[in-house]
Amino acid sequence: MSLVFAGVSSHAPGITGRSHLAPDAAHRDEFYAAYRRMGEAMMATRPDAVIIVAAEHFANFFMNNMPAYAVGMADHYEGPIEDPAWLGIPKTRIPGAAELSKRIITEILQSTDVAYAEEWKFDHGVMVPLSFLTPKFDTPVIPVNINCQGPPLTPLHRAWAFGEALRRACDSVPERIAVVGTGGISHWPATPDSGKINEPWDRDFLDRWSRNDRAALLNYNDVDIYREAGQGGFEIRTFLAVAAAARGQGHVWFYTAAIPIFAVGCTVGVMDVA
Amino acid sequence: MSLYALQKMIFELNRSPLVQERFKTDLPRLLDEFDLDEEERGAVERHDIGLLYVLGVNGQLLMHLSALIGQPWADYLQAMRDGVAKHGPVRAGVYAMTTALDEKVAGL
Repeated sequence: MSLVFAGVSSHAPGITGRSHLAPDAAHRDEFYAAYRRMGEAMMATRPDAVIIVAAEHFANFFMNNMPAYAVGMADHYEGPIEDPAWLGIPKTRIPGAAELSKRIITEILQSTDVAYAEEWKFDHGVMVPLSFLTPKFDTPVIPVNINCQGPPLTPLHRAWAFGEALRRACDSVPERIAVVGTGGISHWPATPDSGKINEPWDRDFLDRWSRNDRAALLNYNDVDIYREAGQGGFEIRTFLAVAAAARGQGHVWFYTAAIPIFAVGCTVGVMDVA
Repeated sequence: MSLYALQKMIFELNRSPLVQERFKTDLPRLLDEFDLDEEERGAVERHDIGLLYVLGVNGQLLMHLSALIGQPWADYLQAMRDGVAKHGPVRAGVYAMTTALDEKVAGL
């Protein structure tokens, strides 16, 4: 088995870009510390590459040709696409692993149709997690995008199937692979509602995720998600994919709804690879 | 039905330093390249974030345009509220406002 680590985390740009506006610095730092511990735990598994399953925000993919799933296949990437001062992360070059990507994509295609991309500009969906997990940006990354922005979106059961395909692909290569899903849970980002968080909905979702309860995780629909968890809630697809890939029990290391300036319930979770 | 073109313009603007330069120095000719109606074109020319929000521009595109024009976060949120107050509810897309005009959930 070559999947050596699985986890999930929040990626909202406010986490780094509006750090100075968080009213309770101690609580904020508790979140940051949990995020960094996740990175240390990930690196302790000695991954050769980190697959970041993110939901990007029109950095690379637009409604002229929107893939439901895309996987990067380059030897290096660049990011952030956002203004570095706005995001609080300097522009940098991030190593990729094109040849490994190619083998993984080839295997995924056996069961799931994905697009590949030989260029990819990382936005906050990848850069914010990397700034905590691999702060030197020195571990090869393979970016994955699930379209959670421009409907029609891939159904949840397909996100699950994609996670299963990702696992089969990881198992087919000798390299040690870590996978991290980033996004959601409930939030209404980039709207006047920014900061609204449905904490009970989040905690119920995280309970389902921690139990890796496939039926419960697929028992959502986008109409309800939009109403109860906002358009940001569509990003649970990344958490579902990780659960399908890891197959084990999840452990939520940190969750708070008490930093609304970050526009999301701040989450750090790891999952046993089974 | 030119919301697509409007968003495409902002997508290209967010991605490309070259387009950002043209946005600053050659905006009319840049906008000529996109099939915008008068209301949309005027909103971009005036940096009217509130109207662009009401027109249905996806927030993930709009917040980067806001950053590009140097708008602080609190001003961005207020501009969208002001847009809804002036022009009515968001007309398209999935980024509608669900809070009240005077509700500031993040304290800003």
